[in-house]
Amino acid sequence: MLGKLTWAAIPFDQPIPLAAGAFVVLAMCGVLIWVWAKGYIPYLWREWITSVDHKRIGIMYCLLGLVMLLRGFIDAAMMRLQQALAFHAAGYLPPEHYDQIFSAHGTIMIFFVAMPLVIGLMNFAVPLQLGVRDVAFPTLNSVGFWLTAVGALLVNLSLVVGEFARTGWLPYPPLSELTYSPGVGVDYYLWAIQISGIGTLMTGINLVTTILKMRAPGMSYMRMPIFCWTALASSLLIVAAFPILTATLAMLLLDRYLDFHFFTNVAGGNAMMFMNLIWAWGHPEVYILVLPAFGVYSEVVATFSGKPLFGYRSMVIATMAICILSFTVWLHHFFTMGAGADVNAFFGIASMLIAIPTGVKIYNWLFTMYGGRVRFSSPMLWAIGFMVTFAIGGMTGVLLAVPPADFVLHNSLFLVAHFHNTIIGGVVFGVFAGYTFWFPKAFGFTLDERLGKAAFWCWFVGFYVAFVPLYIAGLEGMTRRMQHYDRPEWHPWLLVAGLGALIIFCGIALQVMQLAISIRSRERRREPTGDPWDGRSLEWATPSPPPAFNFAVLPNVTDEEPYWSIKQQAREQMRLVTPEPHYEPIEMPRNSPVGFVTAFLAAVTGFSLIWHIWWLVVLGLACAYVTFVVFAWRDVAEFEIPAEEVAGIDRANRLARADYLRELAR
Amino acid sequence: MWTTRSVCALLGLLALEGCQTAVLTPAGPIGAADRTILLDALAIMLAIVVPTILATLAFAWWFRASNSRARYLPNWSYSGRVELIVWSIPALVVFFLGGIAWIGSHLLDPARPLSSGTKPLEIQVVSLDWKWLFIYPEQGVASVNDLVAPAGVPLHFQITSASVFNVFFVPRLGSEIYSMYGMTTQLYLQADHGGIYHALSAHFSGDGFSDMAFDVHAVTPEQFSAWATATSASGPMLDEAAYRTLLTQSKNVKPYTYRAVQRDLYGGIVSQRLPPGEGPPTGQISPALSLRQEN
Repeated sequence: MLGKLTWAAIPFDQPIPLAAGAFVVLAMCGVLIWVWAKGYIPYLWREWITSVDHKRIGIMYCLLGLVMLLRGFIDAAMMRLQQALAFHAAGYLPPEHYDQIFSAHGTIMIFFVAMPLVIGLMNFAVPLQLGVRDVAFPTLNSVGFWLTAVGALLVNLSLVVGEFARTGWLPYPPLSELTYSPGVGVDYYLWAIQISGIGTLMTGINLVTTILKMRAPGMSYMRMPIFCWTALASSLLIVAAFPILTATLAMLLLDRYLDFHFFTNVAGGNAMMFMNLIWAWGHPEVYILVLPAFGVYSEVVATFSGKPLFGYRSMVIATMAICILSFTVWLHHFFTMGAGADVNAFFGIASMLIAIPTGVKIYNWLFTMYGGRVRFSSPMLWAIGFMVTFAIGGMTGVLLAVPPADFVLHNSLFLVAHFHNTIIGGVVFGVFAGYTFWFPKAFGFTLDERLGKAAFWCWFVGFYVAFVPLYIAGLEGMTRRMQHYDRPEWHPWLLVAGLGALIIFCGIALQVMQLAISIRSRERRREPTGDPWDGRSLEWATPSPPPAFNFAVLPNVTDEEPYWSIKQQAREQMRLVTPEPHYEPIEMPRNSPVGFVTAFLAAVTGFSLIWHIWWLVVLGLACAYVTFVVFAWRDVAEFEIPAEEVAGIDRANRLARADYLRELAR
Repeated sequence: MWTTRSVCALLGLLALEGCQTAVLTPAGPIGAADRTILLDALAIMLAIVVPTILATLAFAWWFRASNSRARYLPNWSYSGRVELIVWSIPALVVFFLGGIAWIGSHLLDPARPLSSGTKPLEIQVVSLDWKWLFIYPEQGVASVNDLVAPAGVPLHFQITSASVFNVFFVPRLGSEIYSMYGMTTQLYLQADHGGIYHALSAHFSGDGFSDMAFDVHAVTPEQFSAWATATSASGPMLDEAAYRTLLTQSKNVKPYTYRAVQRDLYGGIVSQRLPPGEGPPTGQISPALSLRQEN
């Protein structure tokens, strides 16, 4: 009846996970009861859960990413503590447990922190920057988000029901094959990533279509903000790379479930093929993450320097060059597999080539600051912190692309330090820059700057204290994923790295405080004009938070920085330059529970696949099909916002902006 | 102020450690060549990266909004000359480094024999769950978790795995390489001086991974011959039956030796005539289920 699932799956004998799991369950029940008692459920259902508004979905993506960041960070802290203690000792985590933690840490941080945060920012900002009302396929967007959330749910469920993979964040066979990993851990990993991967692919298709087909009148490709270009590049990479991931993991699933032999040791399987395939996705994946972050920096540096971005065309070319080159370098993840000198050299040089467009980007941000009036608001601090940190991470990356250097550094803590250097220094800093930058746009009030800056300094200093020691331990010959060790020269570095994790923790705590305090004092922080940072692109032309329809009248774009030009004219003439438009009713897509229902069914199906509960698999899939049919046969897909409502919202914002100009004149 | 002093002492120790890391103090020609390329590439890049970082900080500071002496160029966003330079600098660096990578990949290909007058010593390496087996085909002996080798003599390793992937890595001797089931990878190394060099697996291979460390004892050729002779005098014999017992998972195995090895045992492993590692014992109430995730 319940397949492999028995009471033995619940860790009654293990106090730590049991208590932690119970705490999470209680906390969730508490939140649910509070929401129910306050009568918020209809509001949540109507305004968020069934919402197909790209802004709401973007915010939910970011919320998912931030919550998962806490989980991923707890994993990181546990690993740092284990390695700090495990010198000539067993530490406090046995290998079976420690191996799950580093696997979960990597999986969560890439798939359920970095991806949701980056996709969340793209979802929120791209349609606003393009000057349009929504993405191309709003309901698909909702489905994509909820499927990603299901992946996160399954990974976290493995905490209390069964176990997680003990193979690392990429489940290399033969270790991940049934022979060597007979438990449900790898299955949790595989189904979680398959389900969320489909969600990601949907979002990629959605964003590509939106950017290619739905721009405001007059917004040619070469007038798109750089963030939209990077979102396009990133989404194209998603569309091209995620099917590889899905296919590769599907092959591993066939091996594990139906006794196929794609990657097994016996019967002609070839595990090297898995490494090639997974990195054919895996390397583009890092650019899927970092390109939108580059886009955020471009917006932030230009805005806070009070200047247009330097070398716009170079930026576009560099972005698209990275997009293409990222598919030609996957082999540098295993130079030490013995491919031979010609192959290694080819992929080494191809990897280095990516440093050219990336270097160009750094210099262009540098020259954007040149001749500017740089304001050190917290988004700009993240951007400058990034430029310094990423230069170092890029350098160690090129170093690892030199095959003979990689021969002594592959899989070492030097490598671990390198990719944290680029992912924290590049992606995470970029996401935080974007978060503080667009938060006032999303909610209509600003975040506390003092706490934001303090959080930045903790992250910045904490990063160096945590990862410079790992560079050095890597040069000491320490490899990654060691549960214990007896080399005295490694120990001091791991102690210092633990201290760094503690400093980063302070940064995270400050960010939580910043959010809580800012929400409590939101009335004081209201920002009526919708343009708190003196922005340059179209999202700042809307009220904050933007209405469901984004723009009362679609803007007419005449140059690269349409909002900035209009604002400059308004400042010169000390009045709003655009006359009040003629308001018309606006058609918007209706809310739909399809995403939520599909995700619920995906969760049920995924869970029953993991535990071999076959009847429930069939039931889940059948219900999912019914959901699709019901949705396909819907009669009314849109609703109309009356012209008066549109006019009311827009007039209020025009009034606030006129007030601001009057203030300026005085 | 003992705390201040101990902090200073710790920092001093760390600084000292930093200069003498395993990878940067190689004990053989391959390691030395790897290090040279690593340091050359690093130096070339530092020449660009350090000025870039300084320029970033300098530009941000000089053009701060409160600095009235800085020129404000609100519309300056294009300069062909600057663009030419910003594309040229990284391009030139990469062309230079690309040359180093190409030459280095060929000179230091792990499978390339060392140019030495001495005939290399053959060593066959098998990674098992979770221990290393070293077979000396010319001496007819074998050892587990202990590698004895003559200094000053090129070592030719043929490496395979009996189960999952591992990486054979002796940090102070240089290049590492994967061990994979059903395949042989080639690696040439040499220890210039006698000594004990720490070695380990550099690819995660399961729960016993952390115990896959071993020592390389580099000794004089005479000592090596003496060791081989002494080893062949006593201890168990490594035949197929003994090999099959090695296939069972075991952690933290103390080093020991075999006095003799069945002919072409290694060939039998690579050609898959012998079965792969067993993996975790079956028949228990799913061992995985008793092992949990954290918090």
